[in-house]
Amino acid sequence: MYYSKLMQRVGRTAAAAPLAELARRDFLKLSAGSGFALGLAPLAIAADAGKSEGLKPTQMPAAFVSIERDGTVTVQSNRIDMGQGSETGLAMVLAEELDADWATVRAVPAPLGAAYADPMYGMQMSGGSTALNHSYQQYRELGARTRAMFVAAAAAQWNVPPDQVKVANGVVSSGTRRAGFGELADAAMRQPVPEKVALKDPKAFRLIGKPTTRIATPAASRGQKSFGIDTRLPGMKTVVLAHAPVFGGKVASFDASKAKAVKGVVDVLRIDGLDRGAQAVAVVADGYWPAKLGRDALAVQWDVAGVEKVDTPQQLASYRELAGKPGIRASKISHAEQDAVLAGAARRITAEYVFPYLAHSPMEPMNCTIAFDGDRCRLIHAAQMHNVDAGTAAAVLGIPVEKVAIESVPAGGGFGRHAVPAADYVREAAQVAKAWRAAGHSSPLHIQWSREDDLRGGYYRPFTVHRAEIGLDAAGKVVAWKHRIVSQSILTGSPFEPFMVKDGVDATTVEGVSDTPYAIPVALEVHHPKVNVPVLWWRSVGHTHTAYTMETLVDEVARATNKDPVELRREWLGDKHPRHRAALDLAVAKSGYGQRQLAAGRAWGVAVHESFGSVVAYIAEVSLLEGAPVVHAVTAGVHCNLAVNPRSIETQIQGAALMGIGTTLPGAAITLKDGVVQQSNWGEYTLARISHMPKRFDVHVVPSADNPTGIGEPGLPPIAPAIANAVARLTGKVPRELPFPEKLA
Amino acid sequence: MARFNLNGKPVTVDVDPATPILWALRDTLQLTGTKFGCGVAVCGACNVLLNGNPVRSCVTPVAAAEGQRITTIEAVEADRVGKALQAAWIRHDVPQCGYCQSGQIISATALLKTKKRPNDADIDAAMAGNLCRCGTYARIRAAIHDAAKTLA
Repeated sequence: MYYSKLMQRVGRTAAAAPLAELARRDFLKLSAGSGFALGLAPLAIAADAGKSEGLKPTQMPAAFVSIERDGTVTVQSNRIDMGQGSETGLAMVLAEELDADWATVRAVPAPLGAAYADPMYGMQMSGGSTALNHSYQQYRELGARTRAMFVAAAAAQWNVPPDQVKVANGVVSSGTRRAGFGELADAAMRQPVPEKVALKDPKAFRLIGKPTTRIATPAASRGQKSFGIDTRLPGMKTVVLAHAPVFGGKVASFDASKAKAVKGVVDVLRIDGLDRGAQAVAVVADGYWPAKLGRDALAVQWDVAGVEKVDTPQQLASYRELAGKPGIRASKISHAEQDAVLAGAARRITAEYVFPYLAHSPMEPMNCTIAFDGDRCRLIHAAQMHNVDAGTAAAVLGIPVEKVAIESVPAGGGFGRHAVPAADYVREAAQVAKAWRAAGHSSPLHIQWSREDDLRGGYYRPFTVHRAEIGLDAAGKVVAWKHRIVSQSILTGSPFEPFMVKDGVDATTVEGVSDTPYAIPVALEVHHPKVNVPVLWWRSVGHTHTAYTMETLVDEVARATNKDPVELRREWLGDKHPRHRAALDLAVAKSGYGQRQLAAGRAWGVAVHESFGSVVAYIAEVSLLEGAPVVHAVTAGVHCNLAVNPRSIETQIQGAALMGIGTTLPGAAITLKDGVVQQSNWGEYTLARISHMPKRFDVHVVPSADNPTGIGEPGLPPIAPAIANAVARLTGKVPRELPFPEKLA
Repeated sequence: MARFNLNGKPVTVDVDPATPILWALRDTLQLTGTKFGCGVAVCGACNVLLNGNPVRSCVTPVAAAEGQRITTIEAVEADRVGKALQAAWIRHDVPQCGYCQSGQIISATALLKTKKRPNDADIDAAMAGNLCRCGTYARIRAAIHDAAKTLA
């Protein structure tokens, strides 16, 4: 996958904390913090002796596993769990090789630390559906190394050869001797970390492959799971900000007298140096409600003279114009070559697609807790790109990055919003902390966005227009496919630009078209307009619009040539894409597509798409009710290689599909007028509700033993086109704009 | 100042009577299981039971709770229906990020108190006010059906 190679280089160069320094500090901190932790002592000693720098992340069990005297195994997750289930998946993998008793296994999000860098990217981050793809082997080795240390400790203690020591379900035994992990932890801790370990034969797996309840499920079902918003530090104050109505807007003047009169308000601060040069006014109070009332009582005069004020209808008009003009070439075949072929084509299909800005809108509004004592900074938030966040806070506060600590907490949803190359909300927290300190205060601060702040806070899925011209010959064969995409670049101007923007083409814009598996001659161009609306990756990134365009166009060709849409896909996939074929064939077989007659008024919709290394095919059964699609049943065929936790795969596919269904609903769009986002809360920005969840949603996984590929995102891209394709069968017209209108027919 | 019964115990909160119950719970009483989602009564993350009825605590002032009975997610386990639902939630592995689930379980508790064997349409109607951005709705339906069965 291109992400891996490119991001690997990014990790070494982006605003990363010095890794060796962090490694040393982390080991010392961890060993001081938890006395019973397995393996901490030898690695702490090794760190002191200057040897830890030589250990690869996989060789550092101390940083990943600790075992209490009662046998509780705590696994540090190098990814934050935002609902994608990676914490449980990684713990399962480690516990498998460790032969731990699953009932005793816990998982926690790892703090900022060199050991927790993604082994492929080289930086600490959660994203790109990479947790198991990149860390499956790593966590297996960690588990195996820890197990070997138990074996060595038991062998020494019982004076038996290591090969006569067994480990099963958290119990170490040899002959009649037995000891639990907890009893042996101290002795195991003194063993050297083995350089080489043997991994299990996958046939012997007892955890991997078994549908497993998420570790956090009981706590989350009892209101006991703690998120960033639940952070409570002694003396902590809550901050609510008045943000500029237009991105990059400044404070001309403000009157805080009424805000300061609100009971519980402690101070009101002018905040400089925010993302895009913006300014804001922060109200600091004892708790959210007085802070919010204080914010509402502020009278702020904004200066938005110097910033572009976007208007959605105008933006659409200019994007449409650009879609008709030559852009930056993003394919081997050129548009010029295709023009000649198109001129001679027997038939043409011309299609234009429009996709709106979309907000991530996780259920937990963005927040960040910060404590700054003038020398050190402590951040508590759902960190998704730790090194970028730490580097940003350090730069704002004028301290070395080694003085920044991050305690990651689970996110109440994320979908990409916490991974901001410009670290917008962490920058804001740091600027508030700086101003707070400058005003003579020292207590920790919890910066809490309201839903309105969150929805209007930018970093949206880019507004995007696609235009395609397809030429067919007399036999119905596609002879030309001229395609243009107009969309802001997500990565230009970020630390990722040098690696993921090649020859002016942002990889996250063209993914899903430029790498189409279909045997069609795609000539692709892009335009990346600069617009004063911050954009970001949004669950499945470019695939959110490319899959829709490509998969509905395939069906257009099928309809134009009287071919079955499944057959046409099989034909275009040929024999070079066995994973696509397997996923599609599985969905077809399990759905009964082509085998059974649908009830009157219903139609099948098909789509298949690869993203983040996995292929998902959907067969949807759809009807129309008063012009709106009703999705009765969905059958998914999924190829994500080894299924570590089949239940997690099922829930991710169902959840991602529901989010994709959400993109079709009227009102699922962020629009702007005079630079101001017109939606303020979920009353105006539509999210899918329970009635939108298909009554039947079956997920089938293609069996595989290969290294797992992504699952958090790949379920999203193919659902909207599958529904659109069914709609086209019912109405004769494919919707080419998302969200769908109130009435399709 | 407001006095009410919270999860079976009398409490007094020294806040402005207009303060929403949500912030009295989270910031004054330090009960953080009830979540802040929208602040305008459209997402259900803040749902609590007021005398057994689900209310949006983000827009319900503490004054409205004066002398009344509030039940939050933290005490749902003490209730037969709530306990059955939490067990079903765990059996069906409903939560993904988990943020909205306190409010979901509160709404489901109210549903099963009034309708012992709800069908899908009943469930969709009763749960329509609870958003879940992770899309756990299919499992929510299944868990409610399952809890209803165990209570029968």
